[in-house]
Amino acid sequence: MEFTAVYKMPDSLSKKPFTYCPGCHHGIVHRLVAEVIDELGIREKTIIVAPVGCSVFAYEFFNTDGTVAPHGRATAVATGMKRARPDLVVFTYQGDGDLAAIGTAETIHTANRGERVTTIFINNAIYGMTGGQMAPTTLLGMKTTTSPYGRSPEREGYPVHMCEILKELKGVAFLARTKVTTPKDVLTTKKYIKKAFLAQTKDIGYGLVEVLSTCPTNWGMPPIKAMQWLEQNMVVEYPLGVFVDKVGEEK
Amino acid sequence: MMHSIIFAGFGGQGVMLMGQVLAQAGMSENKYVTWFPSYGPEMRGGTANCTVVVSEEPVASPVVEMPTEVVAMNIPSLLKFEPKVQKNGCLFINISVVDRKPQRSDIRVYEIPANDIAERIGNLKVANMVMLGSFVQVTKCVSIDSLIEAMKYKLSARSSEIIDLNTKAIFEGAKHVGG
Amino acid sequence: MKKVMMKGVEAIGEAAIKAGCRNYFGYPITPQSELTEYMARRLPEVGGSFLQAESEVAAVNMLYGASSVGKRVMTSTSSPGFSLMQEGISYIACAQLPAVFVNVVRGGPGLGDIQPSQGDYFQATKGGGHGDYRLIVLSPSTVQEATELTLLAFDLADKYRNPVLIFADGLLGQMMEPVAFEEKEITYDNSHWALTGSKNRPPRQVTSFNIDPYGLEKMNIELQKKYRQVEANETRYEEFLIEDADILIVAHGTVGRIAKSVVRMAREEGLKIGLFRPITLYPYPYDALSKAAQEKSLVLTVEMSSGQMLEDVKLAVCGKTKIEFYGRMAGVVPTPEEIFTHLKTLIRGQ
Repeated sequence: MEFTAVYKMPDSLSKKPFTYCPGCHHGIVHRLVAEVIDELGIREKTIIVAPVGCSVFAYEFFNTDGTVAPHGRATAVATGMKRARPDLVVFTYQGDGDLAAIGTAETIHTANRGERVTTIFINNAIYGMTGGQMAPTTLLGMKTTTSPYGRSPEREGYPVHMCEILKELKGVAFLARTKVTTPKDVLTTKKYIKKAFLAQTKDIGYGLVEVLSTCPTNWGMPPIKAMQWLEQNMVVEYPLGVFVDKVGEEK
Repeated sequence: MMHSIIFAGFGGQGVMLMGQVLAQAGMSENKYVTWFPSYGPEMRGGTANCTVVVSEEPVASPVVEMPTEVVAMNIPSLLKFEPKVQKNGCLFINISVVDRKPQRSDIRVYEIPANDIAERIGNLKVANMVMLGSFVQVTKCVSIDSLIEAMKYKLSARSSEIIDLNTKAIFEGAKHVGG
Repeated sequence: MKKVMMKGVEAIGEAAIKAGCRNYFGYPITPQSELTEYMARRLPEVGGSFLQAESEVAAVNMLYGASSVGKRVMTSTSSPGFSLMQEGISYIACAQLPAVFVNVVRGGPGLGDIQPSQGDYFQATKGGGHGDYRLIVLSPSTVQEATELTLLAFDLADKYRNPVLIFADGLLGQMMEPVAFEEKEITYDNSHWALTGSKNRPPRQVTSFNIDPYGLEKMNIELQKKYRQVEANETRYEEFLIEDADILIVAHGTVGRIAKSVVRMAREEGLKIGLFRPITLYPYPYDALSKAAQEKSLVLTVEMSSGQMLEDVKLAVCGKTKIEFYGRMAGVVPTPEEIFTHLKTLIRGQ
């Protein structure tokens, strides 16, 4: 009797167990990125630039070369790599604090230059690693340890919509916002991630996929409830969809 | 002998180039030379100046408080730098532009109608080389030959007509002060 | 060798290209923007890549990225911009990445002015960023020396996998002086540690990160070992007429060349003065200075700062010789005459 592998761990994951909290979406997204790297056959020339945040260890989970950038500077580090070695494939993996607060300038200018790099942007509306502080993407009314009375626009301003800002920049080749709460979402997200890498490997421009994600620990909810909260609140604030697609459909 | 010279004038009069040509000529004679510009907001819109040191010994500082010579291509330069010329030093004034007399009597003053000479030989733009010709003829800081070679080097990307005109300007400047 | 007149910052740029640097990232700031402009013009001619970053913060991190894939990289800036780079420099030092920095120091603190200064000495030599790290710091005093030290900087950066700083100032950066370039074959190979893609080898990580304090301490011990090696092998200085000197002037960089003229002036008047000029500010030539200062009646430290290197001079001399200080701050360049006048006042007071 012959056995056929129908499901296995991607080669591009290092097999080191994830250290993320139960119910956190980082694990799903890591796997999707690894599957895309496998499918594109680029593992041996790919470099991950991990951020500062919960995914600071991301470089340990991928079976590729990797580094950790200073907080917010992942796309600047990636830019340096690509400018020095255009033949490599470089992706950054960043959270909302890293990408949309301290690293806003780098994010915008990397996108605007159309750097041939790919960014996976995890938006869970909160600072995870430092323990549940307010993020630039925290929703109005949402209580965090540094917005204990709930985020108010008068005091803390409004949630930042990165895709809506970035879509105006001509250097962007692929830009989408998605989620991974249902199997269908997972498949869609994988498709988007693939396109964001193709934007780079086909030399078209900058690619970014924003994934709305849960943080059960800091949201103070069990995982299932966190998924429901994401559907009911985050999707309302941050509409899903493809904002820019210069990659087109695969033939 | 150490010459420390401040070249000063309006932006566009070519004072930076005057200094660079002189420094280049000094280097070709194996002298120690430095060239130092005024830089930053100071040079936006107003006067530009540069300091050149040509010396038989290594140059300590390219910044000079009291120069041995000053070349003033316009009025603000005269006002600013006349007081700084060393006693018994030289002051060169472009009297085509500067309609006033220097105040000091303890320095040697050379009044050169640089613009007029330049216009007479064909182009106002070479007033800087006229002045430089006069300056070198008086100070013997470098030889006229070295100066012309240095000018040719600095303008090597330009047409032979322009180089010929600049050569003529240097000779005419030198001639004006007896060369 | 053929001599050409070049601006200090442009000569540094050309030397970097001769050293094999093909990646430059920078942000304009006076008085060194001509270096940024020079690289923008020259790098495409030699098949290199120039990028004007959105800030010095971005520039230093681009440097981190380009270095981590194994290339010779450089950035240049001036004081406020160098402050912005400090976090990145700390990361680069801990990740053991080679990179060359040029700080054309200007008057500070704050926005300060744009005139020459040495007021960033503490920042350069005592760690401007966080943590136990060291920058190798080279202080040229002429345009010619700046080119030679730039070539050296790339070699040292690769040899020790450590950031190296050219500590210049507005005077050296803006002045033109004759310079001759030594033509030499450049080969370097960082493929044994660089992130080149994990083809035919296990994946590799280059980071400044270790969450386990014992692990991080090991990394620190490794760094410290390296710094002891640098101190043992790379200390550089110039001694000028010190053997018979009664008084020693200690000065570096631009002030070093000015002080040399003071020595000449003094000798003409029969005063036995010598000059000790540190070329590496880290590693500082403590032992050599200690020896040079022996049996002297006075050590005069001259700086374009309030007396920052003075602390290292005190450490070297260790109370054995009297030390005096003369400094100008905020972008004022001392003249040889004023230093000599001050020196004569000190001699009369002896």
